[in-house]
Amino acid sequence: MTGYFYLLEYKVTLERLFSSTDLTMSSRLGLTFAIMLDIKKIRADFPILNRKVNGQPLIYFDNAATSQKPTQVIDKIVAYYTLYNANIHRGVHALSQEATDHFEGAREKVRAFFNIPLAKQVIFTSGNTHSINAVASGAHVFVKKEDEVIVSAVEHHSNIVPWQMLCERVGAVLKVIPVLDDGRLDMHAYHNLLNSKTAFVVVNHISNALGVTNPVKEIIDAAHQYDAMTLIDGAQSCGHMKLDMQALDADFYTMSGHKMCGPTGIGILYGKEEALNSLPPYQGGGEMIDQVSFEKTTYAGLPHKFEAGTPNIAGGIALGAAIDYLNEIGMENIAAYEHGLLVYGTAQIKNIPGAKIYGDVTDKAAVISFNVASLHPYDIGTIVDKLGVAVRTGHHCAQPVMERFKIPGTIRASFAFYNTKEEIDVMVQALQRAVTMLS
Amino acid sequence: MASIQEIQEEIVEEFSMFDDWMQRYEYMIDLGKSLPLIDESLKTEDRIIKGCQSKVWVNAELESDKIAFTADSDAIITKGIIAILIRAWSGQKPADIIAAKTDFIDEIGLKEHLSPTRANGLVSMIKQLKMYAIAYQTQVN
Ligand SMILES: Cc1ncc(COP(=O)(O)O)c(C=O)c1O
Repeated sequence: MTGYFYLLEYKVTLERLFSSTDLTMSSRLGLTFAIMLDIKKIRADFPILNRKVNGQPLIYFDNAATSQKPTQVIDKIVAYYTLYNANIHRGVHALSQEATDHFEGAREKVRAFFNIPLAKQVIFTSGNTHSINAVASGAHVFVKKEDEVIVSAVEHHSNIVPWQMLCERVGAVLKVIPVLDDGRLDMHAYHNLLNSKTAFVVVNHISNALGVTNPVKEIIDAAHQYDAMTLIDGAQSCGHMKLDMQALDADFYTMSGHKMCGPTGIGILYGKEEALNSLPPYQGGGEMIDQVSFEKTTYAGLPHKFEAGTPNIAGGIALGAAIDYLNEIGMENIAAYEHGLLVYGTAQIKNIPGAKIYGDVTDKAAVISFNVASLHPYDIGTIVDKLGVAVRTGHHCAQPVMERFKIPGTIRASFAFYNTKEEIDVMVQALQRAVTMLS
Repeated sequence: MASIQEIQEEIVEEFSMFDDWMQRYEYMIDLGKSLPLIDESLKTEDRIIKGCQSKVWVNAELESDKIAFTADSDAIITKGIIAILIRAWSGQKPADIIAAKTDFIDEIGLKEHLSPTRANGLVSMIKQLKMYAIAYQTQVN
């Protein structure tokens, strides 16, 4: 917590609590106070927040797509290329050793951040999609012909397609956990889907299309009762809540560095040691071998078995800097602050006549997916962009979710800890202007 | 009938009367309302232009030696954009449509919609209209 101070705003929050239309959401804030981050100081760390878009100050509410990067992360990338760029794990020279130390140091930071037992259980990938594919492409060791793989109806395409490909390859069957009208998974249906043929269960921790937090602990534990493997897509959770891999007990968990203030092109695959040992490597090359001859190659141990070729060294090191940054603010503080934005934003959006929020439940991340009357999300997105507000519109790479709710897409405002209520006010004004123009 | 070039110049002149983007968008939305609508029965899957976040259907019919376009979209702004294109190009000869320039879109301050990565797919719409023109060109000859 060094360097940050918090203001406890009893009064303001109390007023908000009682004026809020949604008391259940507010009550989840905890007692009667919320933690305020030193938002001015935090915003000063993100140079991009100073820029203008279409002549207006940028309001960045597309954090579910990718987060912005603080100077501490940007500087780390520059430092690497300026001071100690060298290939890792290979040279005896000093520079290579330095680069290796920084890269492995970052792996250790990831380990500690997610409470992972051993650093070798942290596999660096190019991103969440890569992490999922790394598992799915070797998952024929876990999934046999006529077995069943369970996914949920609220998945991102990147957590659907690799499993469809696996099922086609091995002759397994894909089963889908349905979603309820309020955006939560139908857990009753899930428990009924589980049976002795269930070999793998994959769900996201937080849905990117709706922001709803899924009961992953219950899902994992139930799957394990049937000896099924589990993979949790943590793209939307990794930068927004405190995660504990040991408490969660998933066999695999996947993340993207760029969603947690790190650079693009670096991701994480966490796995239980036994699971990672059973999983065959999906790529061959340098780094991942123990011994190579034309008769037989033996693979290196973890994590190198899954890290063929030169990795994204700068990306890994900068992800370490992102973790330091998040730690300094504290993930609990980030989660509490962002929840405050969610509650406020939800109430404000509900005030817009005709607004309908999809996934308006208590347990969710600071993501609001909505439409206004029968207006097309694309039209609204185009107008608010002109007013400097960056929201996402469309199907959010989750077409099955949109089909479920029979809509062409939604407007999605997703917040991060460097956003403010004042920005939400500007967004709501922009939305109202758009509605007036379009109606 | 005025030439494509003349109509496009006329559109540019109309848009030049507005001094901010809001007025331009409002005018474009109005133009969308005057779009010759595609017959409901023609709103089929194969008439949807791919590459748009919103749905756009276009139909083209040859009337003697000229093409009549009708279209619709589920998004109002997209409808406005296609209305502008169709106002300039509908009722023209295939060869003229094939040769038509599109820089007037830039001149009316809608340049951002011309980016090939833009989700509204104006570029796809232009391509589709020109494809129809190429197809009918062979019939006219
Ligand atoms: C839930 C979810 N899964 C997977 C992904 C894919 O992540 P990436 O594009 O970083 O590989 C995303 C990114 O939007 C996501 O939100």
